[in-house]
Amino acid sequence: MSTTWIVIALILGFVVVFQIAKASEYVAILRGEEKTRKENNRVNAFLMLIFLLVGLFGVWYCNEKLKGKILGEAASNHGERIDTMLYITIIITGIVFLITQILLFWFAYKYQDSDKRKPFYYPHNNKLEVIWTVIPAIVLTVLVGFGLYYWFQITGEAPKNAMVVEITGKQFNWEYRYPGKDGELGKKYFKEVKEAEGNPLGQIWSDPANHDDIYATGEMHIVVNKPVKLIINAKDVIHDVGLAHFRMKMDAVPGIPTTMWFTPKYTTRQMKEKYGQDFNYEISCDQMCGKGHFTMRGVIIVESQAEFNAWLASKPAQYETAMGGGTSKPAAAPAKTADSTVANKATGKLMN
Amino acid sequence: MQEINPTIHTDVPVIHEAHIGHNGNGHDHHHKQSFITKYIFSQDHKTIAKQFLITGMTWAIVGGLFSVLFRLQLAYPDESFSILETFFGRYAQGGQIQPEFYYALITMHGTVLVFFVLTGGLSGTFANLLIPLQIGARDMASPFLNMLSYWFFFMASVVMFSSLFVQTGPASGGWTVYPPLSALGLASEGSKIGMDLWITSMALFVVSSLLGGLNYITTILNMRTKGMSMTRMPLTMWAIFFTAILGVLSFPVLLSGLILLLFDRNLGTSFYLSDIVVAGQILPNEGGSAILYQHLFWFLGHPEVYIIILPAMGLVSEVLSVNSRKPIFGYMAMVGSLFAITVLAFLVWAHHMFVTGLNPLLGAFFVLLTLLIAIPSAIKVFNWITTLWRGNIRFTPAMMFAIGFVSMFISGGLTGVFLGNSTIDIHLHDTYFIVAHFHIVMGVSAFFGMFAGVYHWFPKMFGRYLNNTLGYIHFWVTIAGAYLIFWPMHYQGFAGVPRRYLDFRLWSSFNQFTELNKMITIVSIIVFAAQLMFVFNFFYSIFKGRKVRTANPWGSTTLEWTTPINPGHGNWPGEIPEVHRWAYDYAKDGREFIPQTEPVNNNESKH
Repeated sequence: MSTTWIVIALILGFVVVFQIAKASEYVAILRGEEKTRKENNRVNAFLMLIFLLVGLFGVWYCNEKLKGKILGEAASNHGERIDTMLYITIIITGIVFLITQILLFWFAYKYQDSDKRKPFYYPHNNKLEVIWTVIPAIVLTVLVGFGLYYWFQITGEAPKNAMVVEITGKQFNWEYRYPGKDGELGKKYFKEVKEAEGNPLGQIWSDPANHDDIYATGEMHIVVNKPVKLIINAKDVIHDVGLAHFRMKMDAVPGIPTTMWFTPKYTTRQMKEKYGQDFNYEISCDQMCGKGHFTMRGVIIVESQAEFNAWLASKPAQYETAMGGGTSKPAAAPAKTADSTVANKATGKLMN
Repeated sequence: MQEINPTIHTDVPVIHEAHIGHNGNGHDHHHKQSFITKYIFSQDHKTIAKQFLITGMTWAIVGGLFSVLFRLQLAYPDESFSILETFFGRYAQGGQIQPEFYYALITMHGTVLVFFVLTGGLSGTFANLLIPLQIGARDMASPFLNMLSYWFFFMASVVMFSSLFVQTGPASGGWTVYPPLSALGLASEGSKIGMDLWITSMALFVVSSLLGGLNYITTILNMRTKGMSMTRMPLTMWAIFFTAILGVLSFPVLLSGLILLLFDRNLGTSFYLSDIVVAGQILPNEGGSAILYQHLFWFLGHPEVYIIILPAMGLVSEVLSVNSRKPIFGYMAMVGSLFAITVLAFLVWAHHMFVTGLNPLLGAFFVLLTLLIAIPSAIKVFNWITTLWRGNIRFTPAMMFAIGFVSMFISGGLTGVFLGNSTIDIHLHDTYFIVAHFHIVMGVSAFFGMFAGVYHWFPKMFGRYLNNTLGYIHFWVTIAGAYLIFWPMHYQGFAGVPRRYLDFRLWSSFNQFTELNKMITIVSIIVFAAQLMFVFNFFYSIFKGRKVRTANPWGSTTLEWTTPINPGHGNWPGEIPEVHRWAYDYAKDGREFIPQTEPVNNNESKH
């Protein structure tokens, strides 16, 4: 019902606006078109100035309202660099933004049509043009320089002591694999994937390096202040491991493994104390992957080495599960954590 | 066709000198045209321009409506709108937009606006309308190919529109249709028949674009009137010229990429597919590369955004100069920067792929080349601002949109400096920051350029004016609305909120913008209503608008205003005028403006 009223109100508003617009055209003809044009010109020139002032206020107001809602401090070493780069760029572009927008709207207002002024024939000025070619070039060189310096640090080789975790995206969740005691991930082949037989990742069981590898879903556990290298895979379509708090992101491409490394700085517990109990290091899929894209959520638990070791020890190797040797069958099934229950509730309509 | 319009065909190979032979009889009005040849299968560039414009506007309404629908979902994820179920049935079960429907909407919104509105609608309209009129030609080099260009566009439109009605829904993998998602019907409903229709439609669109582009280039190079050297052309011509070159060189690459995709979908090839287990099935494909598609796509995809923005830049340059009553500042620098942008457009595509696992060293080169684009862009902005300086500005609706364009282009261009820098892109990639960036810099800006063009040349197209008051309301609502919609999205991007999510309630990191999302949706509905008002103004004014009474209502120097108020087929009743000067002699030697057709006086000052 309210929809009908809104539609009626819109149509009425429309008719009224149109009638006023039409009438203004007749009035213009009655009063003399030139006179009306000049009046419109003054009004619009003034509005340009008002728009500039309101706009600048709006920029400030928007910042006040939203600055508390963007993510807090970066939770990884790389994140700090990215934030630094971000702030440098905000300052530089902010200055350019202010200067150019103020000039644009100020000139629009100041040089509005006037009988008293003759426009100035000013087709070019080589000196000026050279100046505003060279200055942006220099500024951009600085930005490129900083940017690439960080870029190579971030994308460079992971440190030798980095722990390795494999993450695999599939419609619509994440699977993780940890090398066992041997510190080595066993070989896989996609044609070996047999979910029903406890081999969701396609591990090749004849490779002994696979025998101690550990499989998990839902939560990924990593160690605070220890570099972690993710080996990123996808099973079906392209996904993307998005780690907003660590400021990291890398596509997961079927057939082409990618990598990313970073060092988490704070444990999940520290972050919860700081930002509230709702806080979670979330893994978001950042590459369109199908109808459940928006539900493709994983969680990273950052914890101390001791906690991590205890967690890892509680997990049986996937080999044992697959061979039916262990009694820990449930571990192979997707872990029903508290988080995935929430997921099911929120995406109820997806499941229907 | 050939028999119906004999005079036109004699015109085709004719260049300006040859007109001396058969002028005077007035190329218009002396042959009878049926309704069909005049309005449907017309070969008159002006009619074809109107066809492109009206088709583009129709698509813009469809594409805009899609955005209103998915914005409703973003603002009110838990509310139910029974009206949606009435119209969309199972796609909006229980009055709620279903995920498949949401993804179909965003995909079609992007496809339609990028290709059908801002490429077909914008280039098609103003290249066709302005090239012959501004360079002094009776028509395009090949009016017949020009007509085909429109009808291929029309067929592309029909195929794309029909894909909305197939059982499994239209393509829904995003407008970039990355495989494997777009290649596998098992992975998504939208990748079934809808995707084949999408590819077919785009193939037709590429043909249309190539026919048009080759025609634009040929006409500009060969059919300029006497005295119209390249550097005397208005900047609109330069912009359209470079746009056409970009299109001709890059669209074929997209087509090749799409054909490989078609093979992967239907013939069992593995260009893009490897190591795939989907919906419990192990696919046989091995050895393909999903990233190859992205290279092919973005080799068009990046030039494409310049194909969209360059014509707008050209239109805006012209409108700013005319209404400041002052020459455009730095004409040669403007041409040079257009050229620089055209060249760089081909060298930056991989900046869309910084986080695909691209070799970081290769990425570094793309960072450098990408940020280089900021230099010609900066030159253009400074030159536009200097054009306003000490002018005598007339705020016609066209002028206001031109100023709005510059403002939007600055805002959106500066955020490009963030994204082009790979380090920052790691965090901002595929978040709302990029949504804000490209909507401002190429969506809204290009629309502003297009509006400036429509308001400015409407008198030439239809011999009537658009209603000014509605024009002013249109402008102020649109610019304020565009900033209100897209400015706060940058903050969502800083927070890492991913794009293409229809519901954030599941996420503790991204669910803090509920109120903001509502505000954005409400504003976008208002802005959409303002666009409908413009469309109404457009059609109403075609028939009932105030009549144009002078041949040159804006006091402009360029050739299109030397034609009669309602030019017939052939544009000038007599001989094509000769050109003696550049297009920007405003305020020179105390005169308000000097038309291009006026011979240079010996006492004139030089510039």
